Amino acid sequence: MPQDTLKDHGAEKRLVNTRIWVAVGLMALLGMGLISRLFYLQVVRYNELSTQSDENRLLLQPIPPTRGLIYDTNCKLLAMNTPSHILSIVREQTRDLEGLLASISALLPLSEGELHRFHQRLKRRRPYEAVPLKFDLTEEEIARITVNLFRLPGVDINAELIRRYPEGELFAHSVGYVGRINDQDLKKLDPAIYSGTHTTGKIGVERSYEAVLLGKPGYQEVETNARGRVLRVLKQEKPVPGKDINLYLDINLQKAAVKAIGDRRGALVAMDPKTGGVMAMVSNPSFDPNLFVTGIDTKTFNALNRDIERPLYNRASLGEYPPASTVKPVMGLALLANDVVTPEDKIFDKGWFQLPGSDHRFRNWNRSGHGWVDLPKAITVSNDTYFYIQAGKLGIDNLHDFASQFGFGHRTGIDIREERPGLLPSREWKQGVYGETWYPGETVIAIIGQGYMLATPLQLVESTALIANRGRYVQPRLVKEDIPEVQGEFWGDDIETDNADDTDAMNWELIIEAMEDVVHSPQGTANWRIGKGLKYRMAAKTGTAQVVSIAQGEEYDAEQLKEFERDHSLFVAFAPVEDPQIAIAVILENSNGASNVARDVMDTFLLPRLSARQNTTKEDT
Amino acid sequence: MANQDFVRQINLDGIGRAPGLGLRWHIDFVLLGFLLLLCASGLFLLYSATGQDLSVVIRQATYLGISLLAMLLVSQIPPRVLMQSAKWFYTGGVLLLLAVLLFGVHSKGAQRWIQLPGFRFQPSEIIKLIMPITMAAFLARRRLPPSLKDVALSLLIVAVPVVLIAKQPDLGTSILIGSSGIFVLLLAGLRKRIIFSAICMAVPSIYILWHFFMYDYQKRRVLTFLNPESDPWGSGWNIIQSTIAIGSGGVDGKGWLMGTQSHLDFLPESHTDFILAVLAEEFGLVGCLTLFTTYALILGRGIFITLNADTLFGRLLAGSITLTFFVYIFVNVGMVSGLLPVVGVPLPLVSRGGTSLITLLVGFGFLMSIHTHRSFLGVSH
Repeated sequence: MPQDTLKDHGAEKRLVNTRIWVAVGLMALLGMGLISRLFYLQVVRYNELSTQSDENRLLLQPIPPTRGLIYDTNCKLLAMNTPSHILSIVREQTRDLEGLLASISALLPLSEGELHRFHQRLKRRRPYEAVPLKFDLTEEEIARITVNLFRLPGVDINAELIRRYPEGELFAHSVGYVGRINDQDLKKLDPAIYSGTHTTGKIGVERSYEAVLLGKPGYQEVETNARGRVLRVLKQEKPVPGKDINLYLDINLQKAAVKAIGDRRGALVAMDPKTGGVMAMVSNPSFDPNLFVTGIDTKTFNALNRDIERPLYNRASLGEYPPASTVKPVMGLALLANDVVTPEDKIFDKGWFQLPGSDHRFRNWNRSGHGWVDLPKAITVSNDTYFYIQAGKLGIDNLHDFASQFGFGHRTGIDIREERPGLLPSREWKQGVYGETWYPGETVIAIIGQGYMLATPLQLVESTALIANRGRYVQPRLVKEDIPEVQGEFWGDDIETDNADDTDAMNWELIIEAMEDVVHSPQGTANWRIGKGLKYRMAAKTGTAQVVSIAQGEEYDAEQLKEFERDHSLFVAFAPVEDPQIAIAVILENSNGASNVARDVMDTFLLPRLSARQNTTKEDT
Repeated sequence: MANQDFVRQINLDGIGRAPGLGLRWHIDFVLLGFLLLLCASGLFLLYSATGQDLSVVIRQATYLGISLLAMLLVSQIPPRVLMQSAKWFYTGGVLLLLAVLLFGVHSKGAQRWIQLPGFRFQPSEIIKLIMPITMAAFLARRRLPPSLKDVALSLLIVAVPVVLIAKQPDLGTSILIGSSGIFVLLLAGLRKRIIFSAICMAVPSIYILWHFFMYDYQKRRVLTFLNPESDPWGSGWNIIQSTIAIGSGGVDGKGWLMGTQSHLDFLPESHTDFILAVLAEEFGLVGCLTLFTTYALILGRGIFITLNADTLFGRLLAGSITLTFFVYIFVNVGMVSGLLPVVGVPLPLVSRGGTSLITLLVGFGFLMSIHTHRSFLGVSH
């Protein structure tokens, strides 16, 4: 090569070697740079990055507690938990949700409804919450999803305990139901206690005893991989299961009541006057509470919600009806207690009553009148005129104060929250609402439980129990256990019973005897329906509430009125008279025969007990 | 001077005694020992990084055996032969790169492969070897320091394959190949004023590169590198997770097979480009320094061979191969520890993959050839 001859090998070698030593120096420098970087990460930032690494892999997972069970008085299960395999999706761990849903639906059938409800739940979810897509997976469906889990990011199958109400419609209003936690619930609930729990009590005992039924969640520290799959459990703190609850409700009475009411709209409350324990609480028609547990779809909900017969509405404690003649025993006591009448005072009933200076006729239900009537007879034959005449002498103020002690116008404070106070009118109330003074004519109809006055079936049974107990007050309750932290919240307005206690014991017996005659005397208003063949002594009072007001002098025919304008029939009773064990209030909307319903339920309850007590072998039909 | 001592000792080895086994079989046992030490520890690390998948380790060991064989075969070729055939290698390599652009196989968004019956290969890997040979052969025949004309010709030799590879696109490889060529030029005594003016030119050329030559995914990688938190679930994930893996290893690490970041799939590419993070997580700073020491020993032997090469060609080639090996290490460690953008350079001799293993070991085969083919009479000092 020509260049070779010109090359100075020594100089070139020195040049290259110098450059190599420079390179060695640079490499050493850069190498030190890398080492400093590693030192910075592994020593200086060790604590921070080590924590991040643990946060990456360690996840604190809540373990939801098992919800407490609910039993009736015979230890029959009314609310239970059954395992259900749920396919759920964590939205935050998926990238393409629609694609994911498509791949899932290729593996198992997804109905329109399921997808719709899933999207609804998705909107209301909490961050990183597993949102259920499909419940009650079969073994085969579980297997099909499991083998494909690796390509379904964010999808998981877990067994969850789902609330079941084995008696379906029977206890929908009293036991109530749980439903999925929604936005409104989230504002009120403590997220720490509800972590891992997807439902909360919405109505009934499920709602009011939520705090004890729920229990306390446990936690487990799990190691997960980058796709959020749990690989192993490192630490675990067991959850505390919710408390089981026993109710006073008796499935046999409940069934008897539902059977007796049939397809009529109405309500029944049966209560033990000694304890206040509610043994039956029926509101008809009812609904299946199981529909609400995993989230009801809009269509079904709207159908229930807009139903003209209002199945979702608990008539027993929310339904406010004119109590009508069922208040006459209370009003009779009011007349005696205020010395308006003596038991012997009589009036002559010609079929109607007129206030002085007015030509408006307040009619007796029996147009021809009942002739000479004293207080017991006025209750037994349900004479209106007797009470019309005494109304002015009693006055609205005394009427209000006395009836108030029987719970009218107050919530009873039963241990479910769905309760209304009814209405016991007073001068102050009318001035406040209408801005008008009280007219004497309004007292005349108030004393027979019409006009402004409204009461719930629960209030009627409460006041009836008060009479059965001769003035001793008991608060209606569904749950047997004493759970102060829950029940404390539910004590309603306190009812002053002192005056009732002070009333001459004779007055109680007089009124109760008159109520006994309602059933057992041939002239009693309930005698023709239920008086025959009774094996025990029952005290009762009938009532018929007008739904539409009848114009003066106009005759009416119940048959001609449209169904929803017919009279309600009411009935309150307790038995046996000598040792009251059951008090009942029944209302049938736009129908009659409330007394028959009450008798069926009483027979169901009392007959087995009476025959057991008397030790008789002879059965009587 | 240490330099002088090395030379004297070699002379004694070479002249004073009969040629040893190493010289006769053209094996540098010192270099071979360091390489085996590194590769064997790499296999242990790979076993952990693959989630204890023995089949992957066995396959990698097989590649290692083949590559070592290739290294020893290459070391039999005298450097003179390499220098003489350089222009043919270069021409063939450029033709292969053109073939890739025209008939190459697509894979993962890039066109880097040529499919032959039975196997496919990456011509850019061969260029990694051809580039320093060509540049060393070219400049060894010129007067040093190179004239402006020779510099221009050298840059052309470098630019053609670099541009072709960047078009595939494969930014990581084109940077490595470009630097291996430039290293020869720098070692050959490129004048300082040219170096400084090139550095001044770098700023506008980076601008041009960014706007006209880089693909979106390459730009995104650079942007993510500058601010990984901007997209923690997307392209920033790799850097964040590998930083966490390294940092959480601490001084002494979590223990072999105990790394949570890699075993629970938080760390992507844990057995290929990001294997250093596995080492750092499981063996801590101590493990990393041990690795660096092994690398330093290999680099030191490379420098020793370079300084003692008996021809200019050998000196330039050995220097370029050694420096390129360092760049591999630097770029990989830099990207895994979050100092450099993610460019897809494996950790040399440790990351899984047969292709880079064979290229690297063949390069070390050249070093052995240069060291064991010296004619000691020609040494001038």
